[in-house]
Amino acid sequence: MFPVSHMEMYIRADLLVSGRTHAVFQCLCSMATVQVSEAEKVYILHGVRDDLRVDGRGCEDYRHMEIETKMVSNTDGSAKVTLGHTDVLVGVKAEIGKPRPMVPDEGYVEFFVDCSANATPEFEGRGGDELGMELSNTLYKVFNNRYSVDMKSLCISPGEHCWVLYVDVLLLQCDGNLFDAISVAIKAALFNTKIPKVHISEDEEGGKEIELSDDPYDCIRLNVENVPCIVTLCKVGHRHVVDATLQEKACSVASLIISVTHKGTVTCVRKVGGGSLDPESIFEMTETGKRVGKALHAPLMELLQKEESLGKKRQKVGFLEEQKVHSRKSRCETGPFPLPKNPGLGHLLCSA
Amino acid sequence: MAGLELLSDQGYRLDGRKATELRKVQARMGVFAQADGSAYIEQGNTKALAVVYGPHEVRGSRSKTLHDRAVINCQYSMATFSTAERKRRPHGDRKSTEMSLHLKQTFEAAVLTNLYPRSQIDIYVKILQSDGGNYSACVNAATLAVIDAGIPMRDYVCACTAGFVDETPLADLCHAEESGGGTSLALALLPRGGHIALLQMDARLHQDHLETLMEAAMTACKGVSKVLDEVVRQHLQEVSALTGE
Repeated sequence: MFPVSHMEMYIRADLLVSGRTHAVFQCLCSMATVQVSEAEKVYILHGVRDDLRVDGRGCEDYRHMEIETKMVSNTDGSAKVTLGHTDVLVGVKAEIGKPRPMVPDEGYVEFFVDCSANATPEFEGRGGDELGMELSNTLYKVFNNRYSVDMKSLCISPGEHCWVLYVDVLLLQCDGNLFDAISVAIKAALFNTKIPKVHISEDEEGGKEIELSDDPYDCIRLNVENVPCIVTLCKVGHRHVVDATLQEKACSVASLIISVTHKGTVTCVRKVGGGSLDPESIFEMTETGKRVGKALHAPLMELLQKEESLGKKRQKVGFLEEQKVHSRKSRCETGPFPLPKNPGLGHLLCSA
Repeated sequence: MAGLELLSDQGYRLDGRKATELRKVQARMGVFAQADGSAYIEQGNTKALAVVYGPHEVRGSRSKTLHDRAVINCQYSMATFSTAERKRRPHGDRKSTEMSLHLKQTFEAAVLTNLYPRSQIDIYVKILQSDGGNYSACVNAATLAVIDAGIPMRDYVCACTAGFVDETPLADLCHAEESGGGTSLALALLPRGGHIALLQMDARLHQDHLETLMEAAMTACKGVSKVLDEVVRQHLQEVSALTGE
Protein backbone atom coordinates (compact mmCIF):
# COMPACT_ATOMS: atom_id res chain seq x y z
CA MET A 1 0.00 0.00 0.00
CA PHE A 2 1.64 3.23 -1.09
CA PRO A 3 0.42 6.69 -0.20
CA VAL A 4 -1.53 8.23 -3.04
CA SER A 5 -0.99 11.86 -3.75
CA HIS A 6 -4.35 12.67 -5.25
CA MET A 7 -7.59 10.86 -5.67
CA GLU A 8 -9.29 10.00 -8.90
CA MET A 9 -12.91 9.25 -9.43
CA TYR A 10 -14.79 7.38 -12.02
CA ILE A 11 -18.50 7.88 -12.31
CA ARG A 12 -20.60 5.43 -14.23
CA ALA A 13 -24.36 5.39 -14.57
CA ASP A 14 -26.73 3.51 -16.79
CA LEU A 15 -28.03 4.68 -20.11
CA LEU A 16 -31.21 6.61 -20.52
CA VAL A 17 -33.98 6.29 -23.05
CA SER A 18 -33.75 9.01 -25.70
CA GLY A 19 -35.82 12.17 -25.52
CA ARG A 20 -38.09 14.02 -27.92
CA THR A 21 -37.41 15.55 -31.32
CA HIS A 22 -36.60 19.18 -31.19
CA ALA A 23 -35.10 21.82 -33.44
CA VAL A 24 -31.44 22.44 -32.81
CA PHE A 25 -29.87 25.85 -32.65
CA GLN A 26 -26.81 27.20 -30.97
CA CYS A 27 -27.10 28.47 -27.43
CA LEU A 28 -25.32 31.59 -26.27
CA CYS A 29 -22.65 30.80 -23.81
CA SER A 30 -21.04 33.42 -21.64
CA MET A 31 -18.01 31.26 -20.97
CA ALA A 32 -14.97 30.91 -23.17
CA THR A 33 -16.42 29.87 -26.49
CA VAL A 34 -15.10 27.48 -29.07
CA GLN A 35 -16.01 27.66 -32.70
CA VAL A 36 -17.67 24.52 -33.99
CA SER A 37 -18.33 24.00 -37.67
CA GLU A 38 -21.61 22.66 -39.03
CA ALA A 39 -20.05 19.32 -39.93
CA GLU A 40 -18.66 18.95 -36.42
CA LYS A 41 -22.07 19.74 -34.94
CA VAL A 42 -23.72 17.07 -37.03
CA TYR A 43 -21.02 14.61 -36.02
CA ILE A 44 -21.52 15.34 -32.34
CA LEU A 45 -25.31 15.12 -32.65
CA HIS A 46 -25.21 11.78 -34.39
CA GLY A 47 -22.75 10.46 -31.87
CA VAL A 48 -24.85 11.51 -28.89
CA ARG A 49 -27.90 9.97 -30.50
CA ASP A 50 -26.07 6.64 -30.43
CA ASP A 51 -24.79 7.23 -26.89
CA LEU A 52 -21.20 7.69 -28.04
CA ARG A 53 -19.60 11.04 -27.42
CA VAL A 54 -16.52 12.43 -29.11
CA ASP A 55 -14.16 11.24 -26.38
CA GLY A 56 -15.83 7.84 -26.13
CA ARG A 57 -17.92 8.43 -23.01
CA GLY A 58 -21.55 7.52 -22.62
CA CYS A 59 -24.16 10.22 -22.14
CA GLU A 60 -24.03 9.99 -18.36
CA ASP A 61 -20.31 9.59 -17.79
CA TYR A 62 -18.09 12.17 -16.19
CA ARG A 63 -14.61 12.93 -17.35
CA HIS A 64 -11.55 12.06 -15.33
CA MET A 65 -11.83 13.96 -12.05
CA GLU A 66 -9.02 14.68 -9.63
CA ILE A 67 -9.56 16.10 -6.18
CA GLU A 68 -7.00 17.27 -3.69
CA THR A 69 -7.61 19.08 -0.43
CA LYS A 70 -5.53 21.32 1.82
CA MET A 71 -3.77 23.13 -0.99
CA VAL A 72 -3.46 26.59 0.54
CA SER A 73 -2.34 26.88 4.13
CA ASN A 74 -3.64 30.41 4.73
CA THR A 75 -7.20 29.17 4.56
CA ASP A 76 -9.25 27.15 7.00
CA GLY A 77 -10.06 24.65 4.28
CA SER A 78 -9.27 24.36 0.60
CA ALA A 79 -9.67 21.98 -2.29
CA LYS A 80 -8.66 21.75 -5.92
CA VAL A 81 -10.71 19.88 -8.48
CA THR A 82 -9.64 19.08 -12.02
CA LEU A 83 -12.41 17.82 -14.29
CA GLY A 84 -10.98 17.17 -17.73
CA HIS A 85 -9.30 20.50 -18.42
CA THR A 86 -11.46 22.51 -16.03
CA ASP A 87 -9.45 23.58 -12.98
CA VAL A 88 -11.11 25.01 -9.90
CA LEU A 89 -9.52 26.01 -6.61
CA VAL A 90 -11.73 26.74 -3.60
CA GLY A 91 -10.59 28.34 -0.36
CA VAL A 92 -12.76 28.64 2.76
CA LYS A 93 -11.99 31.24 5.39
CA ALA A 94 -13.95 31.45 8.61
CA GLU A 95 -14.25 34.84 10.27
CA ILE A 96 -16.21 36.09 13.24
CA GLY A 97 -18.99 38.45 12.32
CA LYS A 98 -22.38 39.70 13.31
CA PRO A 99 -25.31 37.43 12.51
CA ARG A 100 -28.10 38.55 10.24
CA PRO A 101 -30.94 40.34 12.07
CA MET A 102 -33.58 37.93 10.74
CA VAL A 103 -31.81 34.85 12.03
CA PRO A 104 -29.77 35.81 15.10
CA ASP A 105 -28.85 32.28 16.09
CA GLU A 106 -27.28 31.22 12.82
CA GLY A 107 -24.06 31.92 10.97
CA TYR A 108 -23.97 32.35 7.21
CA VAL A 109 -21.97 31.55 4.12
CA GLU A 110 -20.73 34.05 1.54
CA PHE A 111 -19.71 33.00 -1.94
CA PHE A 112 -17.35 34.74 -4.29
CA VAL A 113 -16.34 33.41 -7.67
CA ASP A 114 -13.24 34.84 -9.31
CA CYS A 115 -12.97 34.07 -13.00
CA SER A 116 -9.29 34.74 -13.37
CA ALA A 117 -7.55 35.79 -16.54
CA ASN A 118 -5.62 32.51 -16.37
CA ALA A 119 -8.60 30.76 -17.91
CA THR A 120 -8.90 32.96 -20.95
CA PRO A 121 -7.69 36.45 -21.88
CA GLU A 122 -11.33 37.56 -22.17
CA PHE A 123 -11.54 37.48 -18.38
CA GLU A 124 -8.91 40.16 -17.95
CA GLY A 125 -9.84 43.18 -15.87
CA ARG A 126 -13.59 43.22 -15.45
CA GLY A 127 -14.26 40.71 -18.23
CA GLY A 128 -14.73 37.82 -15.85
CA ASP A 129 -17.07 39.67 -13.50
CA GLU A 130 -20.25 38.80 -15.38
CA LEU A 131 -19.65 35.08 -15.34
CA GLY A 132 -18.43 35.30 -11.75
CA MET A 133 -21.65 37.02 -10.65
CA GLU A 134 -23.78 34.44 -12.44
CA LEU A 135 -21.90 31.57 -10.80
CA SER A 136 -22.00 33.05 -7.31
CA ASN A 137 -25.70 33.92 -7.59
CA THR A 138 -26.47 30.33 -8.54
CA LEU A 139 -24.38 29.09 -5.62
CA TYR A 140 -26.35 31.30 -3.24
CA LYS A 141 -29.56 29.79 -4.57
CA VAL A 142 -28.24 26.26 -4.22
CA PHE A 143 -27.20 26.75 -0.60
CA ASN A 144 -30.15 28.89 0.40
CA ASN A 145 -31.90 26.31 2.54
CA ARG A 146 -31.74 25.08 6.09
CA TYR A 147 -30.25 21.68 5.41
CA SER A 148 -27.21 22.05 3.17
CA VAL A 149 -24.90 23.58 5.72
CA ASP A 150 -25.89 23.49 9.37
CA MET A 151 -25.96 27.23 10.09
CA LYS A 152 -26.83 26.76 13.74
CA SER A 153 -23.45 25.14 14.37
CA LEU A 154 -21.83 28.35 13.17
CA CYS A 155 -23.39 30.40 15.95
CA ILE A 156 -21.16 31.62 18.78
CA SER A 157 -23.44 33.81 20.83
CA PRO A 158 -26.94 34.50 19.48
CA GLY A 159 -27.46 38.00 18.19
CA GLU A 160 -23.87 39.06 18.71
CA HIS A 161 -21.27 36.78 17.18
CA CYS A 162 -21.31 34.05 14.64
CA TRP A 163 -18.98 32.40 12.19
CA VAL A 164 -19.13 33.66 8.64
CA LEU A 165 -17.74 31.25 6.09
CA TYR A 166 -16.25 32.99 3.08
CA VAL A 167 -16.13 30.46 0.28
CA ASP A 168 -13.88 31.80 -2.49
CA VAL A 169 -13.86 29.98 -5.79
CA LEU A 170 -10.98 30.57 -8.16
CA LEU A 171 -11.47 29.47 -11.74
CA LEU A 172 -8.13 28.61 -13.27
CA GLN A 173 -9.03 26.80 -16.46
CA CYS A 174 -12.32 26.65 -18.27
CA ASP A 175 -13.28 23.58 -20.28
CA GLY A 176 -17.01 23.35 -19.80
CA ASN A 177 -19.10 22.13 -16.91
CA LEU A 178 -18.04 24.71 -14.38
CA PHE A 179 -20.93 24.17 -11.97
CA ASP A 180 -20.21 20.53 -11.35
CA ALA A 181 -16.52 21.09 -10.71
CA ILE A 182 -17.25 24.06 -8.44
CA SER A 183 -19.82 22.18 -6.38
CA VAL A 184 -17.54 19.19 -5.87
CA ALA A 185 -14.70 21.49 -4.91
CA ILE A 186 -16.93 23.36 -2.43
CA LYS A 187 -18.02 20.11 -0.84
CA ALA A 188 -14.42 18.95 -0.56
CA ALA A 189 -13.27 22.29 0.83
CA LEU A 190 -16.07 22.40 3.42
CA PHE A 191 -15.20 18.86 4.45
CA ASN A 192 -11.62 19.98 4.88
CA THR A 193 -12.52 23.12 6.84
CA LYS A 194 -11.37 23.27 10.42
CA ILE A 195 -12.97 26.06 12.45
CA PRO A 196 -11.20 26.81 15.73
CA LYS A 197 -13.20 26.32 18.90
CA VAL A 198 -14.28 29.45 20.67
CA HIS A 199 -14.48 30.19 24.39
CA ILE A 200 -16.60 33.09 25.48
CA SER A 201 -15.59 34.71 28.70
CA GLU A 202 -17.46 37.52 30.45
CA ASP A 203 -15.49 40.35 31.94
CA GLU A 204 -16.55 42.67 34.78
CA GLU A 205 -18.70 45.09 32.81
CA GLY A 206 -20.64 42.29 31.24
CA GLY A 207 -18.92 42.61 27.88
CA LYS A 208 -18.09 39.36 26.18
CA GLU A 209 -14.61 38.41 25.17
CA ILE A 210 -13.98 35.82 22.55
CA GLU A 211 -10.96 33.60 22.79
CA LEU A 212 -9.89 31.34 20.01
CA SER A 213 -8.31 28.11 20.99
CA ASP A 214 -4.56 28.01 20.25
CA ASP A 215 -4.41 24.31 19.67
CA PRO A 216 -4.56 23.64 15.90
CA TYR A 217 -6.27 20.30 16.51
CA ASP A 218 -8.96 21.77 18.74
CA CYS A 219 -11.46 22.62 16.05
CA ILE A 220 -14.94 21.88 14.89
CA ARG A 221 -15.58 20.20 11.57
CA LEU A 222 -18.57 20.85 9.39
CA ASN A 223 -21.05 18.17 8.55
CA VAL A 224 -21.06 18.06 4.77
CA GLU A 225 -23.47 15.13 4.43
CA ASN A 226 -26.23 17.35 3.10
CA VAL A 227 -24.12 19.60 0.89
CA PRO A 228 -25.55 19.25 -2.60
CA CYS A 229 -23.67 18.55 -5.77
CA ILE A 230 -24.65 20.31 -8.95
CA VAL A 231 -25.23 18.33 -12.12
CA THR A 232 -25.41 20.15 -15.43
CA LEU A 233 -27.33 18.45 -18.20
CA CYS A 234 -27.05 19.76 -21.74
CA LYS A 235 -29.66 18.92 -24.29
CA VAL A 236 -27.88 17.87 -27.46
CA GLY A 237 -30.28 16.85 -30.20
CA HIS A 238 -32.85 14.46 -28.77
CA ARG A 239 -30.81 13.33 -25.83
CA HIS A 240 -29.09 15.02 -22.94
CA VAL A 241 -25.54 14.65 -21.75
CA VAL A 242 -23.85 15.00 -18.41
CA ASP A 243 -20.54 16.86 -18.12
CA ALA A 244 -20.53 18.48 -21.52
CA THR A 245 -17.31 19.78 -23.02
CA LEU A 246 -17.20 23.18 -24.68
CA GLN A 247 -17.78 21.63 -28.10
CA GLU A 248 -20.89 19.79 -26.92
CA LYS A 249 -22.15 22.93 -25.23
CA ALA A 250 -21.84 24.79 -28.52
CA CYS A 251 -24.13 22.22 -30.14
CA SER A 252 -26.70 22.18 -27.38
CA VAL A 253 -30.05 23.87 -27.26
CA ALA A 254 -30.18 24.62 -23.57
CA SER A 255 -29.01 23.18 -20.28
CA LEU A 256 -30.53 22.31 -16.98
CA ILE A 257 -28.68 22.81 -13.73
CA ILE A 258 -29.90 20.69 -10.86
CA SER A 259 -28.41 20.43 -7.41
CA VAL A 260 -28.93 17.16 -5.60
CA THR A 261 -28.08 16.01 -2.09
CA HIS A 262 -27.01 12.50 -1.17
CA LYS A 263 -30.57 11.53 -0.32
CA GLY A 264 -31.80 12.60 -3.71
CA THR A 265 -33.36 15.85 -2.48
CA VAL A 266 -33.27 18.63 -5.03
CA THR A 267 -32.33 22.09 -3.75
CA CYS A 268 -32.25 24.11 -6.94
CA VAL A 269 -33.25 23.70 -10.57
CA ARG A 270 -32.37 26.23 -13.21
CA LYS A 271 -32.62 26.26 -16.94
CA VAL A 272 -29.84 28.15 -18.66
CA GLY A 273 -29.15 28.83 -22.27
CA GLY A 274 -30.85 30.53 -25.15
CA GLY A 275 -33.03 27.70 -26.41
CA SER A 276 -36.35 26.42 -25.17
CA LEU A 277 -37.12 23.02 -23.68
CA ASP A 278 -40.38 21.15 -23.65
CA PRO A 279 -41.69 19.94 -20.28
CA GLU A 280 -41.10 16.25 -21.14
CA SER A 281 -37.42 16.90 -21.68
CA ILE A 282 -37.15 18.83 -18.46
CA PHE A 283 -38.78 15.99 -16.58
CA GLU A 284 -36.44 13.41 -18.09
CA MET A 285 -33.40 15.58 -17.48
CA THR A 286 -34.44 16.07 -13.87
CA GLU A 287 -34.72 12.33 -13.39
CA THR A 288 -31.29 11.74 -14.90
CA GLY A 289 -29.82 14.59 -12.88
CA LYS A 290 -31.20 13.17 -9.65
CA ARG A 291 -29.83 9.73 -10.42
CA VAL A 292 -26.40 10.93 -11.46
CA GLY A 293 -26.16 13.44 -8.63
CA LYS A 294 -27.12 10.89 -6.03
CA ALA A 295 -24.48 8.50 -7.33
CA LEU A 296 -21.83 11.21 -7.08
CA HIS A 297 -21.96 11.63 -3.32
CA ALA A 298 -20.99 8.23 -1.99
CA PRO A 299 -17.68 7.83 -3.87
CA LEU A 300 -16.83 11.47 -3.16
CA MET A 301 -17.26 11.11 0.59
CA GLU A 302 -15.37 7.84 0.58
CA LEU A 303 -12.53 9.51 -1.29
CA LEU A 304 -12.38 12.49 1.04
CA GLN A 305 -12.38 10.31 4.10
CA LYS A 306 -9.67 8.12 2.66
CA GLU A 307 -7.53 11.14 1.84
CA GLU A 308 -8.02 12.46 5.34
CA SER A 309 -7.16 9.16 6.94
CA LEU A 310 -3.77 9.21 5.21
CA GLY A 311 -2.99 12.19 7.41
CA LYS A 312 0.67 13.10 7.43
CA LYS A 313 1.66 10.29 5.09
CA ARG A 314 -0.07 12.03 2.21
CA GLN A 315 2.27 13.77 -0.17
CA LYS A 316 0.95 17.15 -1.06
CA VAL A 317 1.31 17.45 -4.76
CA GLY A 318 -0.96 20.15 -6.09
CA PHE A 319 0.41 21.83 -9.16
CA LEU A 320 3.83 20.30 -8.76
CA GLU A 321 2.72 16.93 -10.09
CA GLU A 322 3.96 15.53 -13.37
CA GLN A 323 2.57 16.69 -16.67
CA LYS A 324 -0.98 15.46 -16.93
CA VAL A 325 -0.90 15.12 -20.67
CA HIS A 326 2.21 13.05 -20.72
CA SER A 327 1.81 10.77 -17.75
CA ARG A 328 -1.48 9.28 -18.81
CA LYS A 329 -0.09 5.78 -18.75
CA SER A 330 1.27 5.98 -15.23
CA ARG A 331 -1.96 7.44 -13.91
CA CYS A 332 -4.10 4.59 -15.18
CA GLU A 333 -1.85 2.00 -13.67
CA THR A 334 -1.67 3.52 -10.22
CA GLY A 335 -5.37 4.28 -9.96
CA PRO A 336 -6.45 2.72 -6.68
CA PHE A 337 -10.11 2.38 -7.51
CA PRO A 338 -11.69 -0.47 -9.43
CA LEU A 339 -12.38 0.43 -13.02
CA PRO A 340 -16.01 0.71 -14.09
CA LYS A 341 -17.89 -2.32 -15.39
CA ASN A 342 -16.94 -1.68 -18.99
CA PRO A 343 -13.15 -1.91 -19.05
CA GLY A 344 -12.89 -0.38 -22.52
CA LEU A 345 -14.68 2.73 -21.39
CA GLY A 346 -12.62 2.88 -18.24
CA HIS A 347 -9.41 3.17 -20.19
CA LEU A 348 -10.87 5.86 -22.36
CA LEU A 349 -11.94 7.75 -19.27
CA CYS A 350 -8.35 7.57 -18.08
CA SER A 351 -6.86 9.10 -21.13
CA ALA A 352 -9.53 11.72 -21.75
CA MET B 1 11.78 47.26 16.72
CA ALA B 2 10.61 45.85 20.03
CA GLY B 3 9.29 42.31 20.19
CA LEU B 4 10.17 40.73 16.86
CA GLU B 5 13.86 40.10 16.42
CA LEU B 6 14.55 39.87 12.73
CA LEU B 7 18.13 38.73 13.19
CA SER B 8 19.19 36.98 16.37
CA ASP B 9 22.67 37.22 17.93
CA GLN B 10 23.60 33.84 16.53
CA GLY B 11 22.73 35.04 13.04
CA TYR B 12 19.39 33.26 12.61
CA ARG B 13 16.25 34.85 11.22
CA LEU B 14 12.63 34.34 12.26
CA ASP B 15 12.20 31.18 10.23
CA GLY B 16 15.61 29.77 11.11
CA ARG B 17 17.45 30.80 7.98
CA LYS B 18 20.83 32.47 7.89
CA ALA B 19 21.13 36.00 6.53
CA THR B 20 22.05 35.05 2.97
CA GLU B 21 19.95 31.92 2.72
CA LEU B 22 17.07 31.74 0.25
CA ARG B 23 13.79 29.93 0.85
CA LYS B 24 13.16 26.63 -0.86
CA VAL B 25 12.20 27.15 -4.50
CA GLN B 26 10.10 24.52 -6.28
CA ALA B 27 8.69 25.10 -9.72
CA ARG B 28 6.85 23.33 -12.49
CA MET B 29 6.28 24.39 -16.09
CA GLY B 30 3.35 23.54 -18.31
CA VAL B 31 0.72 23.15 -15.59
CA PHE B 32 -2.17 24.18 -17.83
CA ALA B 33 -2.84 22.62 -21.20
CA GLN B 34 -5.08 25.37 -22.56
CA ALA B 35 -2.72 28.31 -22.20
CA ASP B 36 0.21 28.92 -24.50
CA GLY B 37 2.62 28.84 -21.58
CA SER B 38 2.15 28.35 -17.86
CA ALA B 39 4.22 27.84 -14.76
CA TYR B 40 3.82 27.43 -11.03
CA ILE B 41 6.38 28.37 -8.43
CA GLU B 42 6.64 27.98 -4.67
CA GLN B 43 9.14 30.15 -2.85
CA GLY B 44 8.85 29.07 0.75
CA ASN B 45 5.18 29.67 1.55
CA THR B 46 4.57 32.03 -1.34
CA LYS B 47 2.81 30.31 -4.23
CA ALA B 48 2.40 31.96 -7.62
CA LEU B 49 0.89 30.85 -10.92
CA ALA B 50 1.75 32.51 -14.21
CA VAL B 51 0.01 32.04 -17.54
CA VAL B 52 1.07 33.44 -20.90
CA TYR B 53 -1.11 33.88 -23.96
CA GLY B 54 0.48 34.98 -27.17
CA PRO B 55 1.88 36.37 -29.25
CA HIS B 56 -1.50 37.09 -30.83
CA GLU B 57 -3.26 39.96 -32.51
CA VAL B 58 -3.91 42.98 -30.36
CA ARG B 59 -7.34 42.65 -28.73
CA GLY B 60 -9.49 45.60 -27.84
CA SER B 61 -8.31 48.96 -29.08
CA ARG B 62 -6.19 48.85 -32.21
CA SER B 63 -4.52 52.07 -31.17
CA LYS B 64 -2.36 50.16 -28.74
CA THR B 65 -0.62 48.38 -31.62
CA LEU B 66 3.04 49.22 -32.02
CA HIS B 67 4.37 49.01 -35.56
CA ASP B 68 7.81 47.71 -34.69
CA ARG B 69 7.36 45.52 -31.62
CA ALA B 70 4.93 43.55 -29.51
CA VAL B 71 2.85 45.00 -26.72
CA ILE B 72 3.27 43.24 -23.40
CA ASN B 73 0.16 43.21 -21.28
CA CYS B 74 0.43 42.09 -17.67
CA GLN B 75 -2.11 41.57 -14.97
CA TYR B 76 -1.22 40.85 -11.38
CA SER B 77 -3.94 39.56 -9.10
CA MET B 78 -4.12 37.83 -5.77
CA ALA B 79 -6.58 35.15 -4.78
CA THR B 80 -8.96 36.39 -2.12
CA PHE B 81 -7.80 33.65 0.23
CA SER B 82 -4.09 34.27 -0.36
CA THR B 83 -3.45 36.59 2.55
CA ALA B 84 -4.06 36.01 6.24
CA GLU B 85 -6.80 38.65 6.15
CA ARG B 86 -9.29 37.93 3.41
CA LYS B 87 -8.80 40.23 0.45
CA ARG B 88 -12.07 41.59 -0.89
CA ARG B 89 -11.04 42.37 -4.45
CA PRO B 90 -8.63 40.14 -6.33
CA HIS B 91 -7.40 42.91 -8.62
CA GLY B 92 -8.20 46.44 -9.62
CA ASP B 93 -6.87 48.10 -6.50
CA ARG B 94 -3.88 50.43 -6.61
CA LYS B 95 -1.33 47.92 -5.42
CA SER B 96 -2.25 45.38 -8.09
CA THR B 97 -2.20 47.99 -10.84
CA GLU B 98 1.23 49.14 -9.73
CA MET B 99 2.53 45.58 -9.67
CA SER B 100 1.12 44.95 -13.14
CA LEU B 101 2.99 47.98 -14.40
CA HIS B 102 6.21 46.79 -12.79
CA LEU B 103 5.84 43.37 -14.37
CA LYS B 104 5.25 44.98 -17.75
CA GLN B 105 8.36 47.08 -17.36
CA THR B 106 10.42 44.08 -16.32
CA PHE B 107 9.40 41.91 -19.22
CA GLU B 108 9.70 44.61 -21.82
CA ALA B 109 13.38 44.66 -20.94
CA ALA B 110 13.82 40.94 -21.36
CA VAL B 111 11.48 39.69 -24.11
CA LEU B 112 12.63 40.16 -27.70
CA THR B 113 9.56 42.12 -28.64
CA ASN B 114 10.96 43.39 -31.93
CA LEU B 115 10.46 39.91 -33.37
CA TYR B 116 6.68 40.24 -33.12
CA PRO B 117 5.53 43.61 -34.47
CA ARG B 118 1.86 44.52 -34.21
CA SER B 119 1.07 41.75 -31.76
CA GLN B 120 0.35 41.33 -28.09
CA ILE B 121 1.73 39.06 -25.41
CA ASP B 122 -0.44 38.59 -22.30
CA ILE B 123 1.14 37.62 -18.99
CA TYR B 124 -1.29 36.89 -16.16
CA VAL B 125 0.05 36.17 -12.71
CA LYS B 126 -1.97 34.94 -9.77
CA ILE B 127 -0.77 34.73 -6.19
CA LEU B 128 -2.34 31.73 -4.47
CA GLN B 129 -0.61 32.20 -1.14
CA SER B 130 1.21 35.28 -0.01
CA ASP B 131 4.12 35.17 2.41
CA GLY B 132 6.42 37.95 1.30
CA GLY B 133 8.32 38.29 -1.96
CA ASN B 134 5.16 38.47 -4.05
CA TYR B 135 6.78 40.45 -6.82
CA SER B 136 9.79 38.13 -7.03
CA ALA B 137 7.65 35.01 -7.12
CA CYS B 138 5.58 36.59 -9.91
CA VAL B 139 8.61 37.49 -11.98
CA ASN B 140 10.15 34.05 -11.57
CA ALA B 141 6.91 32.28 -12.44
CA ALA B 142 6.35 34.56 -15.41
CA THR B 143 9.87 33.88 -16.71
CA LEU B 144 9.17 30.16 -16.68
CA ALA B 145 5.79 30.67 -18.30
CA VAL B 146 7.26 32.80 -21.09
CA ILE B 147 9.89 30.12 -21.71
CA ASP B 148 7.15 27.49 -21.72
CA ALA B 149 5.26 29.52 -24.33
CA GLY B 150 8.32 29.51 -26.54
CA ILE B 151 8.70 33.29 -26.65
CA PRO B 152 12.37 34.24 -27.03
CA MET B 153 13.99 36.25 -24.26
CA ARG B 154 17.39 37.84 -23.84
CA ASP B 155 18.01 35.99 -20.61
CA TYR B 156 16.17 34.56 -17.59
CA VAL B 157 14.61 37.26 -15.46
CA CYS B 158 15.16 36.43 -11.83
CA ALA B 159 13.92 38.50 -8.96
CA CYS B 160 14.55 38.54 -5.29
CA THR B 161 14.02 40.81 -2.32
CA ALA B 162 16.63 41.91 0.17
CA GLY B 163 16.50 43.71 3.49
CA PHE B 164 18.94 45.32 5.85
CA VAL B 165 19.04 44.68 9.59
CA ASP B 166 21.93 45.34 12.00
CA GLU B 167 24.44 46.13 9.24
CA THR B 168 23.64 42.76 7.66
CA PRO B 169 21.82 42.31 4.38
CA LEU B 170 19.06 39.66 4.46
CA ALA B 171 18.14 37.83 1.28
CA ASP B 172 14.62 36.74 0.31
CA LEU B 173 12.35 38.36 2.87
CA CYS B 174 9.25 36.69 4.21
CA HIS B 175 6.08 38.58 5.11
CA ALA B 176 6.99 39.24 8.74
CA GLU B 177 10.34 40.68 7.71
CA GLU B 178 8.84 42.85 4.96
CA SER B 179 6.14 44.32 7.12
CA GLY B 180 8.52 44.79 10.04
CA GLY B 181 9.17 48.32 8.87
CA GLY B 182 12.76 47.84 7.81
CA THR B 183 14.31 48.40 4.40
CA SER B 184 13.09 46.24 1.58
CA LEU B 185 14.66 46.19 -1.86
CA ALA B 186 13.17 44.29 -4.82
CA LEU B 187 15.47 43.56 -7.71
CA ALA B 188 14.86 41.90 -11.07
CA LEU B 189 18.05 40.79 -12.76
CA LEU B 190 19.17 39.32 -16.06
CA PRO B 191 21.87 37.11 -14.58
CA ARG B 192 24.28 36.52 -17.44
CA GLY B 193 25.03 40.12 -18.26
CA GLY B 194 24.25 41.35 -14.78
CA HIS B 195 21.71 43.86 -16.14
CA ILE B 196 19.01 45.10 -13.81
CA ALA B 197 15.47 45.13 -15.20
CA LEU B 198 13.75 46.59 -12.17
CA LEU B 199 14.96 48.09 -8.92
CA GLN B 200 12.64 49.24 -6.21
CA MET B 201 13.35 50.17 -2.63
CA ASP B 202 11.06 51.32 0.17
CA ALA B 203 11.95 52.91 3.48
CA ARG B 204 15.08 54.79 4.46
CA LEU B 205 18.57 53.52 3.94
CA HIS B 206 21.92 55.23 4.35
CA GLN B 207 23.60 55.64 0.97
CA ASP B 208 26.70 53.76 2.15
CA HIS B 209 24.67 50.64 2.59
CA LEU B 210 23.00 50.71 -0.81
CA GLU B 211 25.93 49.04 -2.58
CA THR B 212 26.03 46.13 -0.11
CA LEU B 213 22.31 45.67 -0.28
CA MET B 214 22.28 45.57 -4.05
CA GLU B 215 25.16 43.11 -4.08
CA ALA B 216 23.26 40.82 -1.72
CA ALA B 217 20.13 41.02 -3.87
CA MET B 218 22.11 40.30 -7.03
CA THR B 219 23.75 37.26 -5.48
CA ALA B 220 20.35 35.99 -4.36
CA CYS B 221 18.97 36.49 -7.89
CA LYS B 222 21.84 34.51 -9.36
CA GLY B 223 21.02 31.72 -6.92
CA VAL B 224 17.41 31.74 -8.07
CA SER B 225 18.49 31.71 -11.71
CA LYS B 226 20.38 28.47 -11.13
CA VAL B 227 17.23 26.84 -9.77
CA LEU B 228 15.10 28.12 -12.65
CA ASP B 229 17.64 26.90 -15.18
CA GLU B 230 17.53 23.46 -13.57
CA VAL B 231 13.73 23.43 -13.75
CA VAL B 232 13.74 24.35 -17.44
CA ARG B 233 16.30 21.70 -18.30
CA GLN B 234 14.41 19.05 -16.39
CA HIS B 235 11.15 20.02 -18.06
CA LEU B 236 12.75 19.79 -21.49
CA GLN B 237 14.18 16.39 -20.63
CA GLU B 238 10.79 15.13 -19.48
CA VAL B 239 8.98 16.42 -22.53
CA SER B 240 11.51 15.15 -25.03
CA ALA B 241 11.76 11.77 -23.32
CA LEU B 242 8.01 11.28 -23.32
CA THR B 243 7.40 12.48 -26.85
CA GLY B 244 10.35 10.47 -28.06
CA GLU B 245 8.82 7.20 -26.91
